[in-house]
Amino acid sequence: MLSLIKSLWLVFLHLFRKRFTIQYPEEKAYLAPRYRGRIILSRDPDGGERCVACYLCAAACPVECIALDATEDENGRRYPDFFRINFSRCIYCGYCEEACPTYAIQLVPDFEMAEYNRQNMVYEKEDLLIDGEGKYHGYNYYKVAGIAIGGKDKGEGENESSPIDPKDLMP
Amino acid sequence: MATITIDGQSYEADPSANLLQAALTLGFDLPYFCWHPALGSVGACRQCAVRQYRDEEDTTGQIVMACMVPVADGLRCSIVEPEAAEFRAEVIEWLMSNHPHDCPVCDEGGECHLQDMTVMTGHCKRRFRFPKRTFRNQYLGPFINHEMNRCIQCYRCVRFYGDYAGGSDLVAMAAHNHVYFGRHEEGILENEFSGNLVEICPTGVFTDKTLKHHYSRKWDMVSSPSVCSHCAVGCNTIASTRYGSVRRILNRYHHDINGYFLCDRGRFGYTFTDAADRLRRPLLHPDRERDVETVAEPAEAMKRIREIFSEATGVAGIGSPRASLESNYALRNLVGSGRFSSGLPRIEHDATTALLEAMRNAPDGPGSLRDAERADAVLILGEDPNNTAPRLALALRQSVRNEPIRADAGSRIPRWHDRAIRDFVQDRKGPLFIAWPASTRLDDLAAGTHRAAPDEIARLGFAVAHAIDPQSPAVTDLDDSASDLASRIARALKEADRPMVVSGTALRSPAIIAAAAATVHALRRTGSGGSSFLAVAPEANTIGDAMLEGAPLETLEQQLESGEVDTLVILENDIYRRLPAPATDRIISKARRIIALDSIATATTNRADVVLPAGSFAESDGTFVNHEGRAQRFFQPLPPAGDVLEAWRWIGRIAAETGTSKQNEWDRLDRVLTALARDCPELAPARDAAPDAAFRANGQRFPRAPRRFSGRTSILSHLSVHEPKPPEDSDSPLSFTMEGHSGQPPAALVSHYWSPGWNSSQALNKFQSEVAGPARGGDPGARLIPGNGPNERPSTAIPAPVPDDDQTLLAVPCYEVFGSDELSARAPAVAERIPKPYVALAPTDAEHHGLDSGDSLNLLIGELRVSAPVRLDPKLPPGLCGIPAGMPGWSVPHLPARASVVT
Repeated sequence: MLSLIKSLWLVFLHLFRKRFTIQYPEEKAYLAPRYRGRIILSRDPDGGERCVACYLCAAACPVECIALDATEDENGRRYPDFFRINFSRCIYCGYCEEACPTYAIQLVPDFEMAEYNRQNMVYEKEDLLIDGEGKYHGYNYYKVAGIAIGGKDKGEGENESSPIDPKDLMP
Repeated sequence: MATITIDGQSYEADPSANLLQAALTLGFDLPYFCWHPALGSVGACRQCAVRQYRDEEDTTGQIVMACMVPVADGLRCSIVEPEAAEFRAEVIEWLMSNHPHDCPVCDEGGECHLQDMTVMTGHCKRRFRFPKRTFRNQYLGPFINHEMNRCIQCYRCVRFYGDYAGGSDLVAMAAHNHVYFGRHEEGILENEFSGNLVEICPTGVFTDKTLKHHYSRKWDMVSSPSVCSHCAVGCNTIASTRYGSVRRILNRYHHDINGYFLCDRGRFGYTFTDAADRLRRPLLHPDRERDVETVAEPAEAMKRIREIFSEATGVAGIGSPRASLESNYALRNLVGSGRFSSGLPRIEHDATTALLEAMRNAPDGPGSLRDAERADAVLILGEDPNNTAPRLALALRQSVRNEPIRADAGSRIPRWHDRAIRDFVQDRKGPLFIAWPASTRLDDLAAGTHRAAPDEIARLGFAVAHAIDPQSPAVTDLDDSASDLASRIARALKEADRPMVVSGTALRSPAIIAAAAATVHALRRTGSGGSSFLAVAPEANTIGDAMLEGAPLETLEQQLESGEVDTLVILENDIYRRLPAPATDRIISKARRIIALDSIATATTNRADVVLPAGSFAESDGTFVNHEGRAQRFFQPLPPAGDVLEAWRWIGRIAAETGTSKQNEWDRLDRVLTALARDCPELAPARDAAPDAAFRANGQRFPRAPRRFSGRTSILSHLSVHEPKPPEDSDSPLSFTMEGHSGQPPAALVSHYWSPGWNSSQALNKFQSEVAGPARGGDPGARLIPGNGPNERPSTAIPAPVPDDDQTLLAVPCYEVFGSDELSARAPAVAERIPKPYVALAPTDAEHHGLDSGDSLNLLIGELRVSAPVRLDPKLPPGLCGIPAGMPGWSVPHLPARASVVT
């Protein structure tokens, strides 16, 4: 009997505590910037696609929900021809982001992806690619890599000396 | 065997090897760059450092390069010793100081020897803060992509390209840390083995350009063991696919055949499988004379075939030397052996039959490419290996070093000591003699050449046989230079330990083959025990097709004429490439109905009533019999898609449909092979070329996909988010997924070379019984032709001298490595390398007809008119003209033949 009253009293006291429940969806929860939600593909500071189709995200994915195919533009810049994520399989582990050498693939604080039809959970590149740099600013992989692409010739990358002349024998 | 001590443990090792080889054979992971099992050691990269101790008491020892230390009894060394390990890590760090940050966009990434070795030594952080050296790249043609920034200066590329493959247009330039590997100016790499640079280069300097156009990582590609379908050598390959298309071909090691290398035709010819003219749906041609075709459902096509069969008075089958043994046999079974044609015109059929006869009579059976590589005197009679069997030319290029090495001091230098051997040999070359109408790319190695008409080449062969053994009949009226050459050749062959005679069907001359056989038997009779006969055939399954003993095409024409037969089933054969167009037209128009099976659209399929889409090597399981009579199984890397089926399966369905066999009697590869073994005892061992479909390891299949295969829940999710069941394989013990046995499969079922820590193809070390030795568990394939001992004498019909003829030219076929093969010529990269049409003419003949290089020459060959620009070949003897065989678009079949110049 006493314990019953004790319990009721405790519950009664909770009426005066601070409320944790928020009125979702009218009110949005705070999500930390590094929250692992919906996956996006970002662009580099010059507006080019950051993804270089290296396939590392697909290899890192434990549920194999990423498929892509590489292609190249006429200047040798590699990018994905298609990039598909099957979000109905995705477990939001973030391994793809961790594996990505170019900061292209990022998980952002957004989880509102529910669909009535599972087929709509399959996102293609046009659904994934955003117009900004996402969480990581300033990085442009092709400026660091040694290959030449349109607008960046050999020796114009960061920390590179200009190309040598192979017919020169000077010490 | 020698006993060596590595890290305190005793092991047995081969004393003819070096320490690096021995350590790898024993399973140690020791990093290396410049050493290659086929190229030997030069000790340049300083990567395989170990600490060697003098004896048990010695605790200080010294750091040595394992690749330069011969294995000797009592050798003591340590791999894990800290200073040696640090040495290796520091060497990697130096090599990496200029290496670009390219791995994500580098085609080598994920299968890079440099990545593997870097991880193996533990180097992980770049401390070099200064600017990276950069290079400009060169355009190297349609096969190879150049990215010089990635180079670590191991010199493997020039050692392979120059020293091993004999190319002269890839060299090292500049000095110190500017060393540049490339051509003196941009342009196509000329050597037909340039594709091996892709596998030789330990990093991504030279990569596969055809792969670059549809790039996929090694870990993502579904691969299967395959056999090259572009010539009769039958090099073992790994065919890799992704998203339903073939992405690349890699070398699959076979100790007796291709070893570590492929030719460019085999490596880059695969894209014909994706060409626009591939057949993927059954087609019906309501009117054969008009160019109208309708795509049909398989059931509809089958119904039409049933009608055709019920109306037919007799059905004949035309087989093909490029179709698998199973398909040819299934066709023979469908139509009966009396109405089965090998698909070759008489001129080629007779030569092939003679070749098969010579192979059966060869004392030890036909020789292999490994025999060719070890031969110390070679006579090539009527073949141009660089163009008809390219990988053989590479083997012969190595053989010329054997005789100088064997001489005096050379025999005391270990064979792996590459620099020392090359310095010792210098420019000396062993005896290699070439008899071929025109110049060949092996001429720079030859001790003597004989450029003459086919019959003259045969006469030279018989003269050599007579000079070796006077019991052989003598050749009369031989001119002085030829008889001089014959006695030189005979002397060289007699003095050799392992003489070899190479001959084949390139000139379609049974006499040449008989002469080659006579020479081998003469050698054997006079006591040269190691003599061998190497047969060269033109197409992937020429020998297998010949062993089914079909009739030549002309016999079929007679059967059509007599009305005994009015319907043809044509299997993967474009007969417009075999007979002149007017003759082919006659056969086609005499046949009331034609059913064609092929993987590609050809002039023949365009004139068939029903066309069924057969699988290429990428969509079929089957067996090819190579030039040495070795049956080798190839497995499909792609699951069956659409209406494409193996030709033998289509034929099995036709048989069931038309009531010639019971339902489902032919729906499994193993059942076809069992029936084949029952009907053709000589071909019975073909069943053992690879394990049957029921073979399992611990109850598990062998995966085609690597374990890190990605995307299985998203590859097809754009079509349906519900994942389909993986395709099943009823014909092989392989699975299409990554599930299955994780250990090593038998050599015939190896789909990829991978071992923990070894992601590049150098993981091959782990798949061999010893480094550069046979595969673990034995090399795949089954020899069908065992050899006949020294008993039987070949025929000795010596042809008469070729009479002088001012009026006509003798048109002989000449071959092009890129162009003469039907399938690879359809691959875009190979098509770029196909030469423009030409007729090769001796300068004196050109002058006689008032022609100069590039002028158009009109020839009348039989009923065929040929017109092409003249190419002057000063090496061609007068009276001959060379016409490239099998060129796409203007093939001139049925050579050699007399040609008259039309003005």
